[in-house]
Amino acid sequence: MTNDAVTTTEGPPHAHDPRVGRLHGIIERIRTRTWSSLSALGKLSHTTAFKLTLVYLTVFALFAAFLLGYFAWNTRRLITEQITRTVDAEITGLAEQYNQGGIRRLVFVIDSRARRPGSSLYLVATHAGDGLAGNVGLLGEGVLEQTGWTETVYRRLDDPEGTEHHALVRVFELPSGFRLLVGRDLDERERLYDIILAAGQWSIALVIVLGLAGGFFVARRVLRRVDAMTETSRTIMAGDLSGRLPTAGSEDELDRLAVNLNVMLERIEALMRGFKEVSDNIAHDLKTPLTRLRNRAEEALRSGKGESDYRAALEATIEESDELIRTFNALLMIARAESGQASTPMAEFDAADIARGVGELYAPLADDKGLTLKIEAGVSLPVRGNRELVTQALANLVDNAIKYACPHESEANGTPADVLVQASGEGDRIRLSVSDRGPGIPEGDRGRAVQRFVRLEQSRSEPGSGLGLSLASAVAHLHGGDLVLEDNGPGLKATLVLPRDGPQLPQPSE
Amino acid sequence: MRILIIEDDRDAADYIARAFREVGHVADQAPDGEEGLAFALDRQYDVLIIDRMLPKRDGLSVIGQLRAKGIETPVLILSALGQVDDRVKGLRAGGDDYLPKPYSFSELLARVEALARRRGGRGEETVYRVADLELDRLSHQVTRGKEEIVLQPREFRLLEYLMKHAGQVVTRTMLLENVWDYHFDPQTNVIDVHISRLRSKIDKGFSQPLLHTIRGAGYMIRDK
Repeated sequence: MTNDAVTTTEGPPHAHDPRVGRLHGIIERIRTRTWSSLSALGKLSHTTAFKLTLVYLTVFALFAAFLLGYFAWNTRRLITEQITRTVDAEITGLAEQYNQGGIRRLVFVIDSRARRPGSSLYLVATHAGDGLAGNVGLLGEGVLEQTGWTETVYRRLDDPEGTEHHALVRVFELPSGFRLLVGRDLDERERLYDIILAAGQWSIALVIVLGLAGGFFVARRVLRRVDAMTETSRTIMAGDLSGRLPTAGSEDELDRLAVNLNVMLERIEALMRGFKEVSDNIAHDLKTPLTRLRNRAEEALRSGKGESDYRAALEATIEESDELIRTFNALLMIARAESGQASTPMAEFDAADIARGVGELYAPLADDKGLTLKIEAGVSLPVRGNRELVTQALANLVDNAIKYACPHESEANGTPADVLVQASGEGDRIRLSVSDRGPGIPEGDRGRAVQRFVRLEQSRSEPGSGLGLSLASAVAHLHGGDLVLEDNGPGLKATLVLPRDGPQLPQPSE
Repeated sequence: MRILIIEDDRDAADYIARAFREVGHVADQAPDGEEGLAFALDRQYDVLIIDRMLPKRDGLSVIGQLRAKGIETPVLILSALGQVDDRVKGLRAGGDDYLPKPYSFSELLARVEALARRRGGRGEETVYRVADLELDRLSHQVTRGKEEIVLQPREFRLLEYLMKHAGQVVTRTMLLENVWDYHFDPQTNVIDVHISRLRSKIDKGFSQPLLHTIRGAGYMIRDK
């Protein structure tokens, strides 16, 4: 029964036997664990880091193999060369002995040399092949007949039952027909060769093991971080734009990527928010005048009596549509300013000049409302940006200031009613500010005031699209600057703070 | 005045043409760039109204071709792209004026008449005269009757522009563009205030007013 449960894991657990159930659970767990680790391994082997490791590993192993092979082959060649050189020298010496003392002397010398232990082989034989002196017992067949170099098997004379060894020998024919054989045992050479080969195999194996482990480690490290990024980006894609990629703070390439992506996400989030706001506001603030427009036309059709009624309705309609177009233009402009700098031409211009020009344009209007408008601007204040947009932003601020700095209210405060337009430099930034002595904006509302369409309570009665401050803010951002709203005690001081050198690319550290 | 309207939006073109005819001008229409170019090369016009985005041949390319062939007829560019750099591009391509859509017909008419008149060449005179009002462009002196009128520099330029286009409607936008060199819409009508100051200087105390407000369109200096 138990065996059954083990072998057929697919089968239903035998609930009546608790042991079977437990065993089943363990097997299941092992199985899932194996599967998950296998699939993790599969995932790992698909990473770039791992593939790169494999490629490098292969190249490196091949290189190591080649190097060791070359080394082994060269060693072998060197040893062989050395053997042939010494054997050649010895043969020359022995032939000399023979020439001087004949076969007897040669046999004597060979005898004494053969007795020395070592890897040298000697043999003097008759033409028929009978050994006269030396330390070689058995030789390969036909070795003696052939003069010159041969590799052969042999047995030493003092060890006739021993194993066969390999040797490199040279057979030399002496003038009288005697054969002289001198050689060296090759075991040492083979042993060295084997040692090198074995070392090579081990080192390659080690390279592969270490390389795989390293690759595995690197890939897993990278994979874990990439997985985290993927996970976050998936939640972001699902609609949660507030998510940010995790950063390790190590400033490596992955971290830099994550930081940059976060900057991008921030931008996207801001754009999306802007987009949503625009559509919300269009829905809300454009629908109202459109409805009014429609109602008026309808009413004129229904109850209009005579031409003058129709004419009045038509004139009102045109006026209303002009207002709509104006609002729409302002909205588009803000959207464009907020969407980035790429398409906005930037050049150097004089901000002091702008302040004077705008101030002069609005001075009569302020005067008409019983306000004095003062301009404080230096001789010149060069700044890089879009002259028209900055002018428009400043004009909006002045327009606002005049609108809200109502003289009677200021008189009630006992302070002089005036609007002050200032242009000044401050380090690498310039400030274009407009101060009024109107009711100001309560601190808590200042953030809201720059949002599109927001018209704070006390300003509801004034004409205007309510886009002035948001446009100024968008223009400031476009230039890499900011719109700062401060208390002017009483009144509002709105300042465009712009960098002198124009907008810079967003820094990832931001 | 003979006007050619190159505009692919049939309704818009019909509407403009009809309106021009109503005020006594001759208006031809061309629905695409190629045909428009052929018309402009073939006949004599006082002003060309060219939409920027046209089938077959882009509006700016039509202007480029005309200028290359030595035809200097004033061109007013109409465009749905009302952006800062866009206007600059249009004027650089050889356009003489630029009007973003949507526009009012009174604005278009005023601009077209100003363009046609410019060609007539009042611009070269050194002294502008309307009734007993005189403006000397060299000495910067303004007199009405025997009386000298002292104007601020900007007021002088405002009056100069109005008198240059005497007898023609000048819109607020035209004033803002030509006298102040601003190309945006100031939410409040600041121009009105400047005009009323100027009016108080040149018309106050005289029996015959010269600076008139044209309802729904703009202003005009005229002798009558």
